[in-house]
This record gives sequence, structure tokens and C-alpha cells, in this order.
Amino acid sequence: MRIGVFICHCGENIGRTVDCPSVASACANFSGVVHAEDYKYMCSDPGQNLIKQAIKEKNLDAVVVGSCSPHMHEKTFRKACSDAGINPFLVEMANLREHCSWIHDDVPSATRKAIDLVRMLVEKVKFNEPLIPIRVPVTKRALVIGGGISGIQASLDIANAGYEVVLVEKEPSIGGHMSQLSETFPTLDCSQCILTPRMVEVYQHPRIKLVSYSEVENVEGFIGNFSVTIRKKARSVKDELCTGCGLCVQKCPIKKVALSDFDEGLATRPAMYVPFPQAVPNIPVIDRSVCTYFKTGKCQLCKKVCGREAIDFEQQDQLIKEDVGAIIVATGYKLYTIDKKPDESMIKGYGEYGYGKFKDVVDGLQFERIASASGPTSGEMLRPSDKTTPKKIVFIQCVGSRDESKGFSYCSKICCMYTAKHAMLYKHKVHDGEAYVFYMDIRAGGKNYDEFVRRAIEEDGVKYIRGRVSKIYEENGKLIVKGEDTLAGVRVEIDADMVVLATAMIAQNDSVKLAQTLSVSYDKYGFFNESHPKLKPVETSTGGIFLAGACNAPRDIPDSVSMASAAAAKALVLFGSDVLEREPVVAKVNEATCAGCFYCQKVCAYNAIEQKEIKDRQGNVIKVVAYVNSGLCQGCGTCNATCPSKSVELLGFKDDQIFAQINSFAEVF
Amino acid sequence: MKFGYYPGCSLSGTAKEFDLSLKEVLKYLDTDLLEINDWCCCGASSAHSASHLLSVALPARNLILAKEQGMKEIVAPCAACFNRLKVAQHELQNDEHIRINTEELLDTKYSDGINVLNLISLFQQIGLEKIKSNAKVDFSKLNVACYYGCLLVRPHDILKFDDPENPTTMEEVVKATGAKPVDWNFKVECCGAAHSIAHTEIVENLSMKILDDAINYKANVIVVACPMCHSNLDMRQKNIIKHNPGRNKIPILYLSQLIGLSLGLDHKKLGLDLHFIDTAPLIASLSENEVAV
Amino acid sequence: MENNHVHPTIQKIINLTNQNPANCYQCGKCSAGCPVRDYFDDSPNRVIRFIQLGLYDRALKSKAIWLCAGCQTCSSRCPQNFEPAKFMDALREIASEEGIAPSDKNVKKFHKAFLNQIKNNGRSFELGLIRDYKLATGKLFQDIDAAPTAILKGKIGFTPHKIKDTKKIKSIIDKAVKGKTK
Repeated sequence: MRIGVFICHCGENIGRTVDCPSVASACANFSGVVHAEDYKYMCSDPGQNLIKQAIKEKNLDAVVVGSCSPHMHEKTFRKACSDAGINPFLVEMANLREHCSWIHDDVPSATRKAIDLVRMLVEKVKFNEPLIPIRVPVTKRALVIGGGISGIQASLDIANAGYEVVLVEKEPSIGGHMSQLSETFPTLDCSQCILTPRMVEVYQHPRIKLVSYSEVENVEGFIGNFSVTIRKKARSVKDELCTGCGLCVQKCPIKKVALSDFDEGLATRPAMYVPFPQAVPNIPVIDRSVCTYFKTGKCQLCKKVCGREAIDFEQQDQLIKEDVGAIIVATGYKLYTIDKKPDESMIKGYGEYGYGKFKDVVDGLQFERIASASGPTSGEMLRPSDKTTPKKIVFIQCVGSRDESKGFSYCSKICCMYTAKHAMLYKHKVHDGEAYVFYMDIRAGGKNYDEFVRRAIEEDGVKYIRGRVSKIYEENGKLIVKGEDTLAGVRVEIDADMVVLATAMIAQNDSVKLAQTLSVSYDKYGFFNESHPKLKPVETSTGGIFLAGACNAPRDIPDSVSMASAAAAKALVLFGSDVLEREPVVAKVNEATCAGCFYCQKVCAYNAIEQKEIKDRQGNVIKVVAYVNSGLCQGCGTCNATCPSKSVELLGFKDDQIFAQINSFAEVF
Repeated sequence: MKFGYYPGCSLSGTAKEFDLSLKEVLKYLDTDLLEINDWCCCGASSAHSASHLLSVALPARNLILAKEQGMKEIVAPCAACFNRLKVAQHELQNDEHIRINTEELLDTKYSDGINVLNLISLFQQIGLEKIKSNAKVDFSKLNVACYYGCLLVRPHDILKFDDPENPTTMEEVVKATGAKPVDWNFKVECCGAAHSIAHTEIVENLSMKILDDAINYKANVIVVACPMCHSNLDMRQKNIIKHNPGRNKIPILYLSQLIGLSLGLDHKKLGLDLHFIDTAPLIASLSENEVAV
Repeated sequence: MENNHVHPTIQKIINLTNQNPANCYQCGKCSAGCPVRDYFDDSPNRVIRFIQLGLYDRALKSKAIWLCAGCQTCSSRCPQNFEPAKFMDALREIASEEGIAPSDKNVKKFHKAFLNQIKNNGRSFELGLIRDYKLATGKLFQDIDAAPTAILKGKIGFTPHKIKDTKKIKSIIDKAVKGKTK
């Protein structure tokens, strides 16, 4: 074999700790190496050209690049070599950066190690075989999980590009949190006015299949070929018959028992309900936990009044299977609820603010409902306890955010903006009212954002106090807020009528479960992880699954919408080809030595191992062996490690390749 | 049941009624207290104001004595002593540096193993049903403001006792006597603590706010578990009334005294005549099943 | 948290409290909840700010460190897991060590009188404490109205309870507080 070795300085990253020229000259002496050189940036255009030139001039069969992690540039170098005529799987990378220069200080030792690392790969590549990528068809359909503004945007983009979308939404209606808002910053547009046209567009779109009041239960397969099981929860209403006339909701006698989630607990809703008047789809749901029929067998008023016989008490959950090629996760966020938690949990609660104890201490979404024209007070600024107009209102920012001790250490990004908005909404409705905002910093980094906050202070007369509140208690119907202004260095105590807490944006309760179902990585807060924080913000660790909106990190509406369109674009890239090339690093069974014990099948996480009958010429079955479905195999190597007879090998990482690496290193000792 | 006993300096002096009432009640409930032999002051506020090491060493000495004397659980009825003992224990367990320095200073080795209880956890251990089933007086018209003060519940990470913002364990004990705890705001607000002597005006101010809130929420009595709090709310209440004439008086009882009254024990034996704010009207009304304000 | 370029005062604070003053992000929640905050000009968060800015003198001369009641309200609510109460203790100790006159003499005198009693008796002796405090501060008539009631009710003993091991206690206190009781 004629092997070429290329050592990259990676600027200073490797060059500062590893003496690259020495490494290159040492490698030139390895048996089998006919070319060795070093260069500042191997991945750059001139760098790649050096490799291509050497391949042509020196007639190289294989290439070893000593540079960064394969995660970074394996694709780059494989493509460069492939362009020059070498099978891309005869290209190996020695990680001289993450595994060497970035973790050591001493130059001579690091250089020695670098030489060892390259030598190991030179020995390995001698055993490499050319491999052909596996081609799989692409299902040109997308699944979007979550029907909030991000999910809606992504669905519309993909559907408008000509592909089918299955949009799954957990709640009875799409719209998400944006449908609960009164007005949006920085324009103070009416939230539902800008959202509902989109919702209707989704509903009426010929290529969007809206599956509401449903959840994703299982996902199998891989990029381009996912098989998804969706649980369509029982509404107790046949949606193909219901016209949304609303008579059943009107007549339902159980009106005051259940708290409305949409109104954040500030109002009740009937047992048979539609979350809000503009719901899409406008089909009601029976809450079986409070419905009289389901508890005692009596009533059935809704069934009696329905002119279409659409009520079906016997309805069960349905499991639907959908095949898709790409999945976009747009499940959004929830607000941190401050309640008592046991010591072991991360959250210790904010007992000092009295949320849950004092009726007039509310959170951001509850204030939105109060301010909203469709809310429990029809948009009038009235406080929950006695429905009077608060003359003094206090807003507290950073409740649960930026809190190492009792909450989450991150900043929730949107609170400074929506608090300013809330204060402005209040002042617009209560002209003689006083609004106070307790803040630590103002984070208003978007377009027209800072000006928006200044407007609240300069034009609407909202008083901003730089400091935090230590305690809130109730005295004679007023909420005494004890705070401090650190700029003036004085104590500030306000006898407020109402307090609004800007609580942290956190991951949904079941986000971890969904992440595990999708095999997507997530962080300690339950937010889904992007593939690379700078350059791959909408992709995940799993190919074919993309992220949009607040399920990834706290985010406002403009950024969520942008991200949704970006995720849609990624899906469309996938749909742009009929066939997807998969890495051929898959397992392969040696049928001659396989004993048919199927331990490999038991440990395969991807259900990629099947049984195959070996027959003689007469058609009699001689033995049953294991067979790897290369379409499903992810190349994890677990079967290879498990097989007692060493009959399963991983192409690209076969035993002789690995042992060559180990032996070359062992020789040093 | 048997417990090691760390009375602390106050219970032997100005808070005598706390000690008396506790012993009376425990005698009735068949519980023995074995005082730690030759215990010394826990250091209170003055030790930690002067030297961090001293603030750990003094309680450490007592913990070591308790262990030497074969005790497994000790009760420190005074909230400040309880707090100092627990904090010292925590530091000795978690800070190698402090442990070594303390052992050097005391010239003894320290090892863990003592469980330190406060007044409320003591009664929880004994069992609230015992209090409930032995209640002899009808307390149903008695509104009680449970005052925890600072040192029973903070710092929560170390003490791990109840909720530092809205505790309820004392209320449970009070409910067992049949009385009604009120839901008021100043359960855990500071009374001014050790500033009683050097800055009496601070204590008067802070204590007045506490008294006001309790009265506002219609409490007939404030129940405490700390001699410092008691002194600030009881002894200093006289000054507060002097400086603000026309105020209503509100008696301040130790939790052990309240329990003792509920069990029908003699009020003199419970030290109820040793208070500055007269408890006689309260006792009289209880014995007639009416409540005075 | 050892750092070659750390000012000795900061290092002392870190040693005593196991906390880094840089952690405080000056939110003011401690000051907002401090029960005695109205009695001094430099609020707790401001004192920490002085340390952050290197204005050690102003921190060590502040009233806050002496009037701190040790109620732990600040430490229990701080969002950064910082403990201002411990910080105040450390500053008190450092101020005494460096001979900086306390901005509130009475409080220091009280603590000195208290510790004196423990040195002599192993336990606090109220009469002795009050006597020492009055002599040190000259406030001979303070609380004079409370005395008769207290004495009548037997709450104030005339003789101290002395423990057996007073010698040991005296040596412990002396060693721990040497140089700090000026």
C-alpha cells in the first residue's frame, strides 16, 4: 500500500503544542508511507489541494490526516480524497487536537504522542477495505411535533414547498402559548389577530394533516425513513361529523368544576369544552375526569343536543402509524410554577413571594389572560381576588431565572421585554395607575427592543427600580412588597394591589420522555440540544430530526419563527434527493462461523438484526444465522462486542484494523 | 424515651420558665432528659461575631462531651443553641480545614454521630398523638400565632428543618393541643436577636412589627421556641407599650408552656407567673373556656 | 480558589467563608430583606460591592457588619448561593484583627462582655454580663426598670453557674480570639 500522511497545524491549535514538522518527518519513515508533509490549515482549499496533488503525483492508495476530531472534518477529507480518486473509506484521521494538543502542555511529550497516534492509524489503514455507501430511499414527508407558532411556521413552509406534513399537537387546539397572549412586543400587535390566520391556513392546507389532541408515542427508523406511532387521544367526539356549532359546550351542566388551562387557572371551563373561541380545530373535548356521564353514567345532555350524532362516549384512543422522512420538534416551553418541592430537586421554590398563597400574585401568562380581550375579565384590568382595578402594580423580573440557588442559572431572555409590555398595557388601561418594575438588568437585544423598553420608561411613566424583592406579604388587602434600589442605595417598600412575577421559561414536563423516544440529546434542564451551538443551531445529534423554537432554549417569537423556517429548510434539503447515501460503517455477519445464538439480536438497540435461513441445494434449512439489515444498522458495534464467536464485524472497524492500531502502540512499550 | 439534654445558658437563667415547663411536660409524657455533664455555652452570637473558629469550637466541645457520655440524641430547646450546634456539626463534617483546626484548639478528636433535635422535633419524636389524646382543656377558641424566628429554619440547607418561608411544624403541634393556629405574615421575621442590650431600639421596632401582625390576624397569644425571641417579645413588650400607649397586650408563651396548659398542668409549675406580660387573664379565660384578648 | 494575584483581604474572606466575593451580582435582594437595614447607610449589598471594588476600608468601617443580627434572611434568599451573613461575620473578624475601630462600639462591647463571662464561668452569667456592659459603655441606667421584675421573678441569679473546665474554656477563647478583642 502507498500511504500519504498529512499533518495539520490547525493554525495555533495544534501547532503550538505539537511540533508538526517533526511529526511529518517522523512519519515519512514509517513502512508503507511514501509521502508525508505538514501544513497550516489542511481543511482549507490550498490544504485540500495539497492532498489531492500528492494523491495524483505519488499514486497514493490511502491517506492519513493528523488534525482535528473526525467529528469536524472527516467528511471534508473524505470528499477531497474521493474527488482525487481514492475510496473515501481508505482515509483515516488521527485526532491530534482534542486528543493531544488541547489536553497537554509539554511540547516534546505531545509531539511524541502525536507521532504514536499517527502511526496507529497508518497501521490501521493498511487493513482498510474500500466501502460503498448504502443508498436508502427518502420518504418525502415531514412530521412536525407541536402546533405552536414554530410548528405552524415549519408546517406551512414545508407544505408550501410541495410536500406533505403531519402536524401533531398535544392540546385540543393548535396555537400554543402565543394564542394566550394579549399583545406581542415590540409592535403591540394583537397576538391572536396575527396568529389565527396562520392557524386557519394550516387547517385548510391540502398538504397538512393536522392530528390534534394527540401525542407521539414511538419513533423507529432513521433519517429519511422514520416510522412514527401517534396516539390520538379520545375526544369523545367524532371529528369527521362535528361542525363546531358549540351547542354541546353551551349545554354542558358541569361548568364550574374544572380550571381552564388556557386561562391559566383564572377561570373555569365546562367538562365539555373548546379551549378558546378561535380554536383550530373547533371540535370540543370531553374531560372525562369531571364529566358526569363518565363518573356516574347519568346526563348525556351533549349527546341529546348534538344534531349530527357526533358524540361518542365509547371512543377510545387510537394509534396511528405514519411514515416520514424528517421530524421537526417544536414542542415549546412552559412557565416555571413556583411551588414547594422536595429538597432533592433543583428547584426550591420561592415561598417568599407568596405565589399560590396570595391570589393577587400572578405570573406572566396569567397577566396576559387578564389583559386579553378574550380572557376571564374581558380585557379589563381587574385583580383576581376582588375584581377591583389595581391602582398600584408591581412587576418582578428574574423569578426563577439567573438563580443558581433556587431556580435555573440561565436567563429566560423574553421577560425584560414582556414585562415592559405588561407595564405599558397596564398604563394604557389604567391611566392613573402606578406601575413599578424591579429589575437586575435590562436585556433588550433585538430590533427595536431597547427603544420599546425606553418607551415604557420615558413615555408611559413606568417606574423602573434596580434591585430585587426579598419578600411579599399581605396586609389589609394590600400586598406589601419589600425591595431595594441598589442604584440609590435605599430601601423600597411598595403597598401594591397586584404583583406580576416574570417566571422562568422552562422545558415542558415530558420533554425528556420525548427526547428519549426520539433518541435526541437534551441538557440538564430538559431542553433539546442542538448539534453545534454556533453553526448547527437547528440540527440535533440524530440525523433527520430538527429543532424549532423554545423547546431548544428560551426564545421569543421572531427568533422562533426564523428557526422554524430554518428547520423546514433543512427538511427540504433532505427531500431534495430521492435517495440518501448512508455511511457504510455497518455490521456484517460471517455466516460460516455464526452459530445462530442471536445474542446480537438481543442487544441491538435498532432492531437491525434479522434471522436468515441458510439452505442447501435441495432447499433444506441447514442452519439459521444472524443477518444485519444495513438500512437500519447504525454502526454502534454492540453486536460485535457481544458475539461469542466473533462472527459479527463492523465494516471500517474490523478486528484486524483495531488490533493493528493496538499492536503498533504496544510496540512502544 | 430518653434524650440527652443541652439546656443552654438562657434556660438556666432568664428563660427559667422554658426549662421548668419543658421538664414538667416531659415528666408527664414519660420522657427523661439527661443533662450533658459540664456543658459550656454554645457561643450564641458573640462567638461567631469574634471568630469563626471559636463559633465552631464551643459547640464542638459540647458534641464531643455528649458522645463521650454515651448520648445518641440531644435536645437543644433554645433555637440559637440548636442552630449553633447544627451549623458547627455541618462544618466539622464538610470542611477538613475547620475540623483539623477545631481538634487542635480543643486538643481532642471529633467524630460525628449525635443527632441534634430542636423543641419541635422533640415533640414530633414523642408523638403528637400523645399530646392530643391527653388534652384536658378546650383550646378551640384559642388563636395562636406560631413564631419561629430565624434560627430554627435558617439556613435551610444545613438545618433541613421545615420550610424556611412558610413553616408549619409548630402549627401541627399547636393543632394537637386543640388550639387554632392563625395564618400570619411574620412567622420567620427577625425580632432583633442579640441587639436586645446594645440596641434596644432596634429590637423594640422589629418586635413591635411582629406583635402588630399577630394582633392584626386576631391571635390571642404568640407561641415561641426561642428564649431570645421570648425575651424580645415579652420583656421588651413592656417598653413598646410604654412608648406607644394604648396598645393591646398579647401574652407570649413557650411552646412547652402551651402544651403544659393543654395537659392541665399547674400554671405555676409551668413558670407562667415569671413573664413580663401577664399571662393570668389568658389562663383564667382558658379555665373558663372563654378567651380574653 | 487559590490565586496568586488575590489581595490578602480577599484571600482572608475566601478562607473564612469559602465564598468568592465575585459571585455576588449585586441584585440587592439581601438588602431588601435585611431587618436592620434601615439602621445603617451602607446596605449589605453595598458592603460587598466595596470589597469587589477593592475599597476594603469602607467595608471594614461600615456599620452593617456590626449591626448584622445574624438572622440569615439574606443567605437563605440569595439567588447566587452566596451567604452575606457569613460575609459580615468574616468582615467583623478581619476588622478586629486589623485593629480597625468598630463603627458601632456598643455591639462590640456587648460581645466582649459576653465572651468574658464565658471565659470566667464557661456559661453566660447575666448579672456579670450586664455589669460589664454597663461599665464599658457607661450606660448605667439602661434597663434599670426591668431589673426589679427580673430579680423578683428569680430570672437573674446573683451567682454564676461555674462549670468545672473553666480553665480549658478560657484558653480556647483566648487562643481563638487573640488579637481580636481590642
